[in-house]
Amino acid sequence: MGHRQRRELLGKLFEGIALAATVFGLLVLAFLLLDVARRGLGVLSWSFLTSYPSRFPEQAGIRSALLGTIWVMALTALFAVPLGVAAAIYLEEYAPRNRLTRLIELNINNLAGVPSIIYGLLGLELFVRALRLERSILAGALTLSLLVLPILITASREALRAVPMSLREAAFALGATRWQVIRHQVLPVAFPGILTGMILALSRAIGETAPLITIGALTFVAFDPRGPLDKFTVLPIQIFNWVSRPQAGFHARAAGAILVLLAVLLSMNGLAIYLRYRLQRRYQW
Amino acid sequence: MGLTARSAVEISKARLQRGMAARWREWGELAVQALLFFAAMVSVFTTIGIVAVLLVEALPFFQQVSLKEFLLDPQWTPLFAQKHFGIMPLVAGTFLTSAVALALAMPVGMLSAVYLSEYASPRVRAVLKPALELLAGVPTVVYGYFALLTVTPLLKRIIPDLETFNALSAGLTMGVMIIPLISSLSEDALYAVPSSLREAAYALGATRLEVAVRVVIPAALSGIAASFILAASRAVGETMIVAIAAGQRPTLTLDPRRAIETMTAYIVQVSLGDTPHGTLEFRTIFAVGLVLFLITLVLNLIAMRIIERYREVYR
Repeated sequence: MGHRQRRELLGKLFEGIALAATVFGLLVLAFLLLDVARRGLGVLSWSFLTSYPSRFPEQAGIRSALLGTIWVMALTALFAVPLGVAAAIYLEEYAPRNRLTRLIELNINNLAGVPSIIYGLLGLELFVRALRLERSILAGALTLSLLVLPILITASREALRAVPMSLREAAFALGATRWQVIRHQVLPVAFPGILTGMILALSRAIGETAPLITIGALTFVAFDPRGPLDKFTVLPIQIFNWVSRPQAGFHARAAGAILVLLAVLLSMNGLAIYLRYRLQRRYQW
Repeated sequence: MGLTARSAVEISKARLQRGMAARWREWGELAVQALLFFAAMVSVFTTIGIVAVLLVEALPFFQQVSLKEFLLDPQWTPLFAQKHFGIMPLVAGTFLTSAVALALAMPVGMLSAVYLSEYASPRVRAVLKPALELLAGVPTVVYGYFALLTVTPLLKRIIPDLETFNALSAGLTMGVMIIPLISSLSEDALYAVPSSLREAAYALGATRLEVAVRVVIPAALSGIAASFILAASRAVGETMIVAIAAGQRPTLTLDPRRAIETMTAYIVQVSLGDTPHGTLEFRTIFAVGLVLFLITLVLNLIAMRIIERYREVYR
C-alpha cells in the first residue's frame, strides 16, 4: 500500500469514528426515551393525571405536581419576561459604552454559569426567610425568575440586534423619540426572537429541581395549590421523590411522570418553532 | 390689529402646550430609561445577593469551625453524633463524578465538533447540530432516573462489584448531558478558523484528517480549551444526577465504583431533611455552597477570559 493511500485510509477511518461520536449522544438519547416509554406508558391514564400522590404506587398520581408546575411557570414568566426584555432593551438600545455597562454584561455572563442550586440558597435566604414568603409558589417562581434571567436577556439581545439599523434611523428621521422607536418599530420586529428566548428560558425553568428543593418545596402534596402563597410541589420534584424510593411500582410512576414532563417540554418547543415561523414571514427586507 | 393680537396669544398658548407636551414626553423618556436601567441592574443585585447570602451564613460557621479543620479534616459527618467538618470528601466526590463526565464528554464532544465543522455537508450539519442540542434540553432529573435505573444495572453486568449508588454511572450520564456544551462551543471555535489556512494545507497535499488535526485544531485550541473549562464548571455544579445516582456517603476515594457524595448532593440532602435553620449543621450547606460558588466562578472567569482573547485574534 502506498504512502498516500495509507494516509487516505486513515482519514476515512477517522471520519467514521468522528461520525460515530456525533451520533453516539443521539443513540443514548433514543435509548433513554425508549426505556422510559417502555416503563412509563403503561402508567399513563386519566387517573394518573388527576390523582394525588399516595403511599400505594398503583394509586399515586401527579395532580398536585402538575398544578404546581403550571402555577410556578405562569408566575416565573410573569416576573422574568418583562424584566429580561427590559434589561435587554437597556443594554442594546440605551447603554453607553462605559465601565458600568461592562460590569453588567460581565455579571450576566457569569450568572449564566452559576450552578442552579446556588440560586436555591439565595431564594431560601432572600424570598423564603427575609421576605417571609415561606415555602410558597411565589418564592419558587421568584427564585426561578432570577435563574432564567441571563438566558432571557441574552436571547432578547440577539433578537434586538437582528433588527436592521435603517428601521430605527427612518423612525428617528420622522421625529420619533427613542422609546417611540423601540415601542413601535424595534419591538414588533424583534418579537419572534424574544418569544423564542422566552420559551427557551421557560423550558429550562420547568425542568429545574435542585433550587426548588433547596427553598423547601414539598415532596408530598395531597391538595390543590389555590394561590401564589400556597405550598407546592412540581413535576421534577415528584419524579425525584419516586425515583428515590426502592419499590419498582414508584419507578414506573416516575417514568410516567417523565413522559408527561417531556411531552409538555416538546409541545412548548413545537409552539415556539411554529410561532416563530408564522411571525417571521410578516417582516421581510 | 386686534385680530393679530388674538392670534398671537393663541399661537403662544399653542406653543406653550406643545412645550408642555414635549416636556412631558421628555420626562416619560427619562422614566422609561430609568426603569430599563433598573431592570439591567437586577443581575448585579443578584450577584451581590448571592455573595451576601453565602457570606452571612458561612461566616458564623467559620467562627465555630476553623478553616484548618474545614480544609484538612478527612471526614465529613456534620449530621452524626461524632461531628467532623472536613470538606475534602465532598470535594473528592465532586471531582470524581466530574472527571468521569469529562473523560467521556471531552473526546466525544471534540470529535463531533470536528465532524460537524470539517466533514459534514451543510444539510447533515443542519440536522445533526440542533439534534445534539436536544441532549442539553432534557431535564437533569430525567438523566438521574436514567443513571440509577438504566445505566447502573447495565454496568453491573460488566463490573459485578459496582455499588448500587456509584460515581461511575452518575459521571457517565452527566458526560452524555454535557457533550453538546463541548461540541457546540468547540465547533464555533473550529468554524472561526479562516478557510485560507485550510486551503493552504490542502494545496500542500494534506488529507482532510491532516488538515483537521495539524492545522484547524491547533488554531482553535483556545476556544476548545474554553469549552472544556465551561463543561467542567457545569459538571461541578450539576446536582440532580449525582443526588439520585451517586449516593449520599461522603467518602474520600478515587474509586468510581463506590458510593460517594458531591457538594451539590449534600446541599440537597440537608434541604430534604429536618435540620433546623440557624443551627451549625444547617449552616454547613452555605459553607459548602460558598466553596462550590468559588470553584465555578474561577472556572467561568478563566473560560470567559480565554474566549474574549481568542475573539480578538481572529478579528
